[in-house]
Amino acid sequence: MESAAIIDPPMITPVSLPQQQVTSDSGSADVAPERPHAFAVERLSIFYGEKKAIEDVTLTIPSKMITAIIGPSGCGKSTLLRSLNRMHELVPNTRIEGKVLFAGKDIYAPEVDPVVIRRRIGMVFQKSNPFPTMSIAENVLVGLKLNGVRDRAFLRERLEQSLRMAALWDEVKDDLHKPGISLSGGQQQRLCIARAVAVEPEVLLMDEPASALDPIATAKIEELIHELSSNYTVVIVTHNMQQAGRCSDYTAFLYLGRLIEFASTTKIFTNPSERQTEDYITGRFG
Amino acid sequence: MAPPSSFGDKVFKWLTLAMALAVVALVFLVGWQLARGSSLAIRRFGFHFLATSTWDPVAEQFGALPFIYGTAVSSLIALIIAVPLSIATAVYLTELAPPWIRQPIISLIEMLAAIPSVILGLWGIFVMIPWLRDHPFPFLKKIFGWTPFFREPIYGVSMLAGGIIIAVMILPIITSVSREILRSVPNLQREAAYALGATRWEVTRIAVLSYAKKGLFGAVILGLGRALGETMAVTMVIGNTPQIRASLFAPGYTLASVIANEFTEATTDLYLQALFEIGLVLFGITILANLLAQLLLKTLGSTIKSGAVQ
Ligand SMILES: Nc1ncnc2c1ncn2[C@@H]1O[C@H](COP(=O)(O)OP(=O)(O)OP(=O)(O)O)[C@@H](O)[C@H]1O
Ligand SMILES: [Mg+2]
Repeated sequence: MESAAIIDPPMITPVSLPQQQVTSDSGSADVAPERPHAFAVERLSIFYGEKKAIEDVTLTIPSKMITAIIGPSGCGKSTLLRSLNRMHELVPNTRIEGKVLFAGKDIYAPEVDPVVIRRRIGMVFQKSNPFPTMSIAENVLVGLKLNGVRDRAFLRERLEQSLRMAALWDEVKDDLHKPGISLSGGQQQRLCIARAVAVEPEVLLMDEPASALDPIATAKIEELIHELSSNYTVVIVTHNMQQAGRCSDYTAFLYLGRLIEFASTTKIFTNPSERQTEDYITGRFG
Repeated sequence: MAPPSSFGDKVFKWLTLAMALAVVALVFLVGWQLARGSSLAIRRFGFHFLATSTWDPVAEQFGALPFIYGTAVSSLIALIIAVPLSIATAVYLTELAPPWIRQPIISLIEMLAAIPSVILGLWGIFVMIPWLRDHPFPFLKKIFGWTPFFREPIYGVSMLAGGIIIAVMILPIITSVSREILRSVPNLQREAAYALGATRWEVTRIAVLSYAKKGLFGAVILGLGRALGETMAVTMVIGNTPQIRASLFAPGYTLASVIANEFTEATTDLYLQALFEIGLVLFGITILANLLAQLLLKTLGSTIKSGAVQ
């Protein structure tokens, strides 16, 4: 599926131009910029009331690749991830400083409607959360129906396509009218992925999508994430270092709300620039 | 010998079983007493008691139909008014209202629940009815006068006034139970909808209300139970006339009201027995309503339940 129009070429930030291999922007210096950036996070700080959860983070997230966010518990991974589609705003009394540019536009600009942002930037959660009163099919199609899509044939087609994309079609194709919550935990999580991709977002944010699953289900999800990255920009939070190593192209290491290092996953795991990164990767803390 | 813990378990089990049975026994006891108290009337009128409309203590003719009708219609009016209002309030309080406004509204609703029925009835007579008579009723008559429901002359005391006062009385309970139910919807459900780009209203609809609908139905049934048995305030505004009229402006009478009004003046045995039978009917209707509700919940829930176990 070709979706070149999704990220508006004129809006690409200068840092992503091919000539500029290295910029003064430390957060993006390591990113091989042959691809356009999906996100440019600029000096972002996030507060829960008085508490600063993210402090002065700058990084650029490449388009149609998998970027992992790792770090010890409570370091702000979820907060950073959720700030990318303004989900963190659902918690009362949050405040941000800095900018998050998506396709070149600040998603926190006053005229931007978070609802529109979330339509373009989907999310999968740690715990699977299908809608319990809806069937498998309804769960997948609920986003499209919200958008006013009524064309039966189209819905039918998108249903199969989304479930195939989530590697769930073969398991559920005869049970599409069974309740979504009748599936196993791993299947439910893939159903949630199908639900997220059905609205054709440009980005998928995933917050520890496999942490509640057994190794086999986890492997399935990882494989799936890998396949998804040919069509989507994927940002994944994970506790599991092997997982980050296995299935991401870039890795951001957060510690105490600060971005310690952001580079290609290979570099982070074999030759990190920062001492703290190395300590964390080798399991000396966290 | 069994270890003490298993002995404790056993005691606990029997004790709770005994309690549960006691409740069931109590219900049967009440029913049986009511039936015994009205055996004469039951034998005398049989099924006609439920199907005739004459209530003439002097001629010893007793038919409960106008009261059954009055209870049913006034409760229905109350539900039609109170359910949307209560659920909307609960949704507003849990999903939309800014935090600072929540507590004042909640306190107000709790205060409403604390007003004694008789005070509400007085308010009904002296404030609500004159106002209804002068403003909303003529307006309703002008707009809907072509239907049989809003046709007859307006006195003020009426089936509609009775329904409205019951609505006021059941509003707090439905609201607070609904609020608890909505609060118990996991946030993860809301987030799932938000992440699809749903607006607040859409989140409420697809993630909150559909998740909570069984519980909300329970809240409504609780309200219905209250509505059926509500006595004092209704008695003061419904007009206490045993008749069956399509017009909601016409006075009516409810099962509970007639018992409260006429118990002291029931001089003959048969009269007293007829009132007992009215009580039995009210008792039966309340239980029937609850049973029906549970049945409905079962069928409503079976589609979900069948898949709940992984
Ligand atoms: N709703 C909230 N209200 C107040 N503070 C919060 C809230 N959510 C998170 N925080 C704080 O923000 C910081 C970052 O939290 P966050 O959930 O982003 O961490 P995390 O890296 O995702 O942790 P984990 O790996 O345990 O999920 C924590 O110190 C936490 O206490
Ligand atoms: Mg987290």
